[in-house]
Amino acid sequence: MSDRVPILRIGENLLVSIQIDLDDQTVMNLQEDLAAQVVKYGARGVVIDITAAEIVDSFVGRMLSTIASVSRLLDAETVVVGMRPAVAITLVELGLSLGGVRTALNLEQGLAILAKRASAGAAGR
Amino acid sequence: MTVAEPDVGEVRVQTIATSDDVVRARQLARNLAVECRLSLVDQTKLVTAASELARNTLVYGGGGSLSGALVQDARRRGVRLTFTDQGPGIPDVDLALSDGWSSGSGMGLGLSGARRLADDFDLRTTVGAGTTVTVIKWTH
Ligand SMILES: Nc1ncnc2c1ncn2[C@@H]1O[C@H](COP(=O)(O)OP(=O)(O)OP(=O)(O)O)[C@@H](O)[C@H]1O
Ligand SMILES: [Mg+2]
Repeated sequence: MSDRVPILRIGENLLVSIQIDLDDQTVMNLQEDLAAQVVKYGARGVVIDITAAEIVDSFVGRMLSTIASVSRLLDAETVVVGMRPAVAITLVELGLSLGGVRTALNLEQGLAILAKRASAGAAGR
Repeated sequence: MTVAEPDVGEVRVQTIATSDDVVRARQLARNLAVECRLSLVDQTKLVTAASELARNTLVYGGGGSLSGALVQDARRRGVRLTFTDQGPGIPDVDLALSDGWSSGSGMGLGLSGARRLADDFDLRTTVGAGTTVTVIKWTH
């Protein structure tokens, strides 16, 4: 029984908040839905809020890295926000560095990173 | 690391046959970790290890079960989780336990990571007969 995680659109960014304990198929669906929506809406940023996530295992960790890589190819930046300290400690021990994934402590800071990138991009155009 | 013989509380069993069952196995691990009053970091480590092992039971073992219990030895309390399947077994345990090796498309971190995240780790496998992995997390 796999569900769809809702994806919100705020201006040029997409926002996903992981609220419940997701099964693997739902995680895969989210990865595909996000890529499709980045293209559909020409999104410049993706924010994944994991404040409510009690764990991040290798499967979810891989999803975060893949979303970041795919979004980058589609010209959008991904920021993961709200990682709990216990989750960070566990990820390191698991051996997962989440290389290539930008993180911020909270949603506000995550959106600030994306806004900065957007204005730098606009100036360069 | 070997698993000692502690006193065992009531054993709770969760079948692992679907990816929803992997979620339920995590919940069983979390409930036991909370009842044991493990620290928040240790709860997180145990549930993460449980998630990795439950997924392996499903994906490589073809399904199986988790048996979880609170345990107690002379000095401390703990949570013991045993994942069992009647799948193909693991031909080369050292290889399977090395970081980054996967026979499939995984990152090869589940088994080795679970060993690091647990306090005690025990793996028994017979090719053609199945695999049993037991982990314990103790209160400090
Ligand atoms: N229960 C099992 N039965 C048979 N083989 C197993 C079992 N568990 C693990 N293995 C084997 O051990 C290898 C390593 O497992 P591990 O969990 O470390 O990595 P993975 O599952 O391939 O990737 P990841 O967990 O990082 O997504 C697997 O690729 C598989 O070949
Ligand atoms: Mg695995």
